[in-house]
Amino acid sequence: MKWQTKEKAVEVAVSSIGLVSVIVLLLIGFFLFKEAFQIFYKIGVLKVIFGKEWYPTCEPPSFGMFPLIMGTVAVTVLTAAMAIPLGLATAVYIAEIAHYRVKEFLKPLIEMLASFPSVVLGFFGMVVIAPILSNWLSPILSERLPELLRGTNIPFISTTLADFCYDKLFISSGLNITTAALMLTIRAIPVIASIAEDALTAVPRTYREASYSLGAGKWETIWRVVIPASVSGLSVAVILGIGTIVGETMIVLMVAGGAAVVPHWIFDAARPMPAAIAAEMAESPYQSLHYHALFGIGAILFIFTFLLSLVSDFISKKYRAVRIGEKV
Amino acid sequence: MIQGTEGIQKPFGLVRKKRFNLKESFFLSLIRMLGFTGAILLIIILFFVAYNGIHVLSWKFITQPPVEAMTEGGIFPVIVGTILLTIICMMVVIPIGVATAIFLTEYSKPGFILNMVMMSMYTLAGIPSVVFGLFGLAVFVVIFNFGMSLLAGALTLAVMILPYIISTSEEAIKAVPYSFKEASLACGATKWQTIRKVILPAATPGILTGSILGTAKVSGETAPIMFTAAAFFTPGIPRSLFEPVMALPYHIYVLATAGTFIEETRPIQYGTALTLIILVLGMNLLGILLRARQRGKKAW
Repeated sequence: MKWQTKEKAVEVAVSSIGLVSVIVLLLIGFFLFKEAFQIFYKIGVLKVIFGKEWYPTCEPPSFGMFPLIMGTVAVTVLTAAMAIPLGLATAVYIAEIAHYRVKEFLKPLIEMLASFPSVVLGFFGMVVIAPILSNWLSPILSERLPELLRGTNIPFISTTLADFCYDKLFISSGLNITTAALMLTIRAIPVIASIAEDALTAVPRTYREASYSLGAGKWETIWRVVIPASVSGLSVAVILGIGTIVGETMIVLMVAGGAAVVPHWIFDAARPMPAAIAAEMAESPYQSLHYHALFGIGAILFIFTFLLSLVSDFISKKYRAVRIGEKV
Repeated sequence: MIQGTEGIQKPFGLVRKKRFNLKESFFLSLIRMLGFTGAILLIIILFFVAYNGIHVLSWKFITQPPVEAMTEGGIFPVIVGTILLTIICMMVVIPIGVATAIFLTEYSKPGFILNMVMMSMYTLAGIPSVVFGLFGLAVFVVIFNFGMSLLAGALTLAVMILPYIISTSEEAIKAVPYSFKEASLACGATKWQTIRKVILPAATPGILTGSILGTAKVSGETAPIMFTAAAFFTPGIPRSLFEPVMALPYHIYVLATAGTFIEETRPIQYGTALTLIILVLGMNLLGILLRARQRGKKAW
């Protein structure tokens, strides 16, 4: 064989393998929507998305995904409120404050946390956090605390606030969206931290030098120079972190409680979308409406994460020459 | 950070204000505390699982199959299942990932196709693992007719980890100095000879490290194998690619949530969780140490 032919053959082979990821993505989209089409076609898109009742196994079945979507929203908001500050603070600490010896020790730990099996986190939430909440925290918050408040005899505090604690801080089951959010926070911290840290270290050192030479302190420099300069990378970190939270399956499956109702309070149980897929796929007959409905949930998740990665790609392309979300 | 630049930053660490600044020290210590939270939580969970699981772990536990409806005995087929899934997955994904990385770094020209590949890589990296499970169910289990099997599960995992393998391999190849390539081409080697004889050998340690870290990620995943490979119980280790397998993460999930003996099997659950953690974090640590060593050893 002539060497030119061989070179050409290799180039063609390598290039076609290079397209595998594109083909795989197209296949994923195609099959999700193919299997999901039935449910949206037969029941109607709006009725599926805004329907308030998810009773897939009843007769007649009802496939309203609104409770599942709200379950995901509730868990995501609660988690984001904890994970974003913690993740960003971890990144700032590693990139800006930590001594390099501490850094050498902390960075691998965060990386290990990123690949920590989520099923073990769910298991930990089930056997540790849930009993702590329902057996220990609940009596303190809903019994002792109101008693204490009533005893103070201060208007408002002894009446309204005490009643509020009595009503709202009672935790009937430890498996609720707060427990799920706590465990999801552990899952999301390393994702946010590692991307945000890349963004922070990409800020040129001259920026910091300029700030210090003007007499700014360390915190002033971080807050007014480094963070504004890397805000696009930090927002990519937050977006990808939210994507992780929304898509995380095992934790919400094991500790979110599993009730397919719209959660109204932070100690209510919920069934977020990934949990519904994972819990019900085994019991839904092949090609039944329920099966298609679960693929419908998958399609919604796919569209959502696709939009998130489009947005983060747009942000990192627009504001930076260096791609920040590259290390995932 | 580039080696040797740590010292340069030092003077700024020594910058001290004469006056005690409340705002400065408040926020700095707040960040310090928050920054350690993740690591502390990891250590707490590790210690908890290790404390409860260590007395279950024994030679018998990891070499015997489960008996008495999984309330007793060991987890041998479960460990074997996870290892087989991971190995087959890696055998499929590493060639594809490395070839894609070669395509991206050496053959691709800027333009539509490159953008498409990059875009699909980023999107694949963001897709939830349970959606990969659905994809594996629809394609590998049903259309390719593999059934719930080792092969279907391994392929699903391979699809999931592909973007990670591509990006780590790409980084490893990009880290090979351009002068290596120039020297090889100047000697009259063709492009493919250069890639095969010069660039790939130089990039192999980096690719290997990325693959080991990828292996750690894959072996802890549950959602993708739930509908494609994992079985509640199989009597022994799988004899062919088309048999369902038991896997460590799924075993923990099943024992902890389903069945009638949830409380009785707690020790086995802790033992399985500890085995999985040792496997995953061990691989992870190996990857991290290898990477640190390479960074120290690099001659160029």
